Amino acid sequence: MDKIVHQFPPYRKEDVHHAHDEHDDHGHEHHDPGFWAKYIFSTDHKAIGIQYGFTALCFMLFGFFLMIMMRWQIAHPGTPVPVIGPLLAKVLGNVAAGGVISPELYNSFGAMHGTIMVFLGIVPLAFAAFGNYVVPLMIGAVDMAFPRVNMASYQAYFLGGLVMFVSFFIPGGAAQAGWTSYSPLATTIPTHGQLFWIIGMVLLISSSLLGAVNFIATIIQLRAPGMTWMRLPWFVWAQFVTAFLLLLAFPPLEAAAILQLMDNVAHTSFFLPTGLAVGGQLAGVSGGGSPLLWQHLFWFLGHPEVYVLILPAMGIVCEIIACNTRKPIWGYKSLVYAVLAIGFLSFIVWAHHMYMTGMGTKISAFFQATTMIISIPSVIILTCLFISLWGGSIRFNTPMLFALAFLPMFGIGGLTGLPLGFNVSDVHLHDTYYIIAHFHYVVAPGTIFGLFAGIYYWFPKMTGRKMNEFWGRVHFWCSLIFMNLVFMPMFAQGMAGMLRRMSDGGANYSAAVNARSGAEVIGGLSENIMSLHVWILWAAIALGIAQIPFIVNLFWSIKHGEKVGDNPWNSTTLEWQTPTPPPHGNFLHAPTVYRGPYEYSVPGHATDFTPQNEPPEHSPKIPAHAH
Amino acid sequence: MDIPYTVQPRPDTGIYNAKVGIWLFLASEVMLFGGLFSAYVLLRVGADRWPHGWLDVRFGTLNTIILALSAITTLLAWAACKVGQFGKFKFFHACTLLLALSFLSVKMYEYHDKWIHYEITLADGTFADGHLVEKSADFDLAKKTGTVTLHGRIVNDENLLYDLRSQKNIKLDEVTVPAANILKMENYGPWHNTFLAIYFTLTGLHALHILGGSIVIGYLWGPGSKMYKKKPEQFTNRIEVSGLFWHFVDLVWIFLFPVLYLT
Amino acid sequence: MSESKTTSEPSPTGTESHGHAVDLNNYIRTCSYVFVAVICATALMIWISFLPEHYTWALKVTLILAVACANAFVVAGFLMHLISEKKMIYTLLAFTVFFFAGLMGLTLYALQDFPTGTTH
Repeated sequence: MDKIVHQFPPYRKEDVHHAHDEHDDHGHEHHDPGFWAKYIFSTDHKAIGIQYGFTALCFMLFGFFLMIMMRWQIAHPGTPVPVIGPLLAKVLGNVAAGGVISPELYNSFGAMHGTIMVFLGIVPLAFAAFGNYVVPLMIGAVDMAFPRVNMASYQAYFLGGLVMFVSFFIPGGAAQAGWTSYSPLATTIPTHGQLFWIIGMVLLISSSLLGAVNFIATIIQLRAPGMTWMRLPWFVWAQFVTAFLLLLAFPPLEAAAILQLMDNVAHTSFFLPTGLAVGGQLAGVSGGGSPLLWQHLFWFLGHPEVYVLILPAMGIVCEIIACNTRKPIWGYKSLVYAVLAIGFLSFIVWAHHMYMTGMGTKISAFFQATTMIISIPSVIILTCLFISLWGGSIRFNTPMLFALAFLPMFGIGGLTGLPLGFNVSDVHLHDTYYIIAHFHYVVAPGTIFGLFAGIYYWFPKMTGRKMNEFWGRVHFWCSLIFMNLVFMPMFAQGMAGMLRRMSDGGANYSAAVNARSGAEVIGGLSENIMSLHVWILWAAIALGIAQIPFIVNLFWSIKHGEKVGDNPWNSTTLEWQTPTPPPHGNFLHAPTVYRGPYEYSVPGHATDFTPQNEPPEHSPKIPAHAH
Repeated sequence: MDIPYTVQPRPDTGIYNAKVGIWLFLASEVMLFGGLFSAYVLLRVGADRWPHGWLDVRFGTLNTIILALSAITTLLAWAACKVGQFGKFKFFHACTLLLALSFLSVKMYEYHDKWIHYEITLADGTFADGHLVEKSADFDLAKKTGTVTLHGRIVNDENLLYDLRSQKNIKLDEVTVPAANILKMENYGPWHNTFLAIYFTLTGLHALHILGGSIVIGYLWGPGSKMYKKKPEQFTNRIEVSGLFWHFVDLVWIFLFPVLYLT
Repeated sequence: MSESKTTSEPSPTGTESHGHAVDLNNYIRTCSYVFVAVICATALMIWISFLPEHYTWALKVTLILAVACANAFVVAGFLMHLISEKKMIYTLLAFTVFFFAGLMGLTLYALQDFPTGTTH
């Protein structure tokens, strides 16, 4: 069915050369491919985007539940989890005996919460779901460059997610060595959970690689006529850089995963040092390996990964701010150069996650320097977005509320990262709750708010209806308040010395326990710090409840939301210049782009926005005598 | 609904879509094998001792020649498509597939050679090392019964087993060892030491790429070649793109061979 | 960097019916040179590897890797047409090589640079 396009530019339907074959008698859109081809095995980027989005949101909900159970254990160590405790005991057996979360189960939940949220939740939602749905529309393309590869990448993701999910139910349970899966722990744990984790990761990495190739090739090759690089919406630039991060940073982790797989299955010693003892006995391995090698290979991805988590959300926020301030984004060029700089620098900062591994002063000075330097383009981006608000006619709809809140929340997250970038302060803060607070601020009230904003914003394009505004605001305010109540106390806990990944919430280190046992109390966690656990637990539960209006709103609005036209937000970018929902092939007439992406409130123009593909001679102008 | 630039190049970039795609993919593959090569360098630099001469250079050289030839035939297959000589294309890629099969066969033989090569730590502190000839019928390591016969030698110093290059004229004999004297018996698998671990992993991953590439080229040579009749340009592009992948796999071997066999 | 036409590159459209044998022969000739180059490089590396004991392994490794790089350049340049490829591809590969060098180099450096005198 492929037809060869000979004409460039303008790429007009009537110029397309039709190659006649036996299928092409009436045209190409008249046959119904059936349910399976249309919704399950679709190669259309919009269907794939929705598949990614739906799957990712389900995983995020699951990861959230894991966290709630962990927070219960932290706040009330050793007590059975209410309501679902018996279910846990029945399904998971010994590790949840009596409905109490054992340390092994806690570690499983912790490792899988991180893995699921990062690799099965945020990245697929931010990059794959939004990227797949919006990017081809925004650049004026008919689809991604490689639609079948696109479908394959979703299927690999789905399989990887399935493997991760299933790992909870195998004997011994899921992976327990953290989302970072450090060796030798990851190899010496005597269960198969780590193996499932590695297999899941290999599938997920393959999915990301296929997706990254697709995105980059699409953005380079399928931009509509007139869509030059500097006329791209900044969301596309953010996805472009994100794709490069995934493309080049993931493979070393895939290599490391293969090596760890060999360690686990073939008893090699890539990451196992000579003289390793397990349970008091010499491990029967050849030795000669290096645990640090795993850390280097892991964090080589791990750091670009955090930019993968944040950049798409920044892109979404940028689009929403431009549209809802009715003025161009301030500093478009700075934004472009900043995101390119972030992409480049993110490859050479990774060892700031490893300051505590006995690094020498020279190498740590190098990484401290690059880490400080990379904060500059991040600040530039945030500053441009802040300044963009100045003088705008701000419309405080739900997407804009989330986008606005993103700015200070990401600010907190980013600024609290600065003491972590210096090894002198990191000595005290590494592996404490301060770190947890820092990265959750960036990802939770940061990225996730950006993603919520995107869902509310692009929902009308997917469905032709808006989500309910009142419940959107309820969702926003409750989420904002409770997110802060959950994570702000953790800064205090971390600075007081509370370490991460303690399944009893630090009870063994608390001043009360220390005093009872007669041990030295200096450094013990005070009653105040420990009591914050209960606050955090209830804030987390409230945060969970606050998502119910969102979930209900999302599904209810598909059929009953307020009906709107093709461009309800009066936006300039190309995705809003299509029918709703966009048909197979996206545009009725292949677009030509005449101007930049943020032509809002152009003086002399009759409307306060000019779509990118509106031809200049058709632009309604205010007649001269009417000024 | 047609995606532009699947066949004709986009004017400002000068490339068609699939070529952009394959080069991007190859960049990621550079990072994949780069990660493994980095692991190799780190493990070797940090190792107390590193074997020399454990791999037969003759087989490696043979495989190098096979793969280089296959890279040539791959390019010529594409060139034949470009000038419209379908018969020559079929011939050249048939050669590519046969050469790929030969490569994998040589590799399997090499793997097998390592599989039956044992190092036995004896109770008196010496080491028996060689290829397995036979195990006696009652051989049982746990029960300490029976004997095992190797075609190899017994050495006092384990270091002699590591640096084979510096030893001239190593004499190999039939060596029979009773199970009662055996402290540890391990074949030259990836578990034996980090050199073998990285050797098997690197060459194994490379072999998987050869296999994958062969499957793709095999498909394009067989059922996929039907496209040549209706859309010769698009088919030629597919041959070019799969050829680029094949050349990359050859490139990896160009580094694998000296790094593992010669250094 | 614009595409430079070498004598071995026929024009893009593959529907010509004349000059086949000549065009294919050009390719065969280029390929023969490449093959000879690869064989020579391989032989050279083997020779270096088997140099007598008094040549250190460090020297041998350096020389062998240098020859391997040259070998790779020939294969990439001529068989993968990298020598006449577009600037975009070059740029992508340049960044990739830079990041790979960073991965290997910084990791190696990190493992060599550690505080001393910390154990008694």
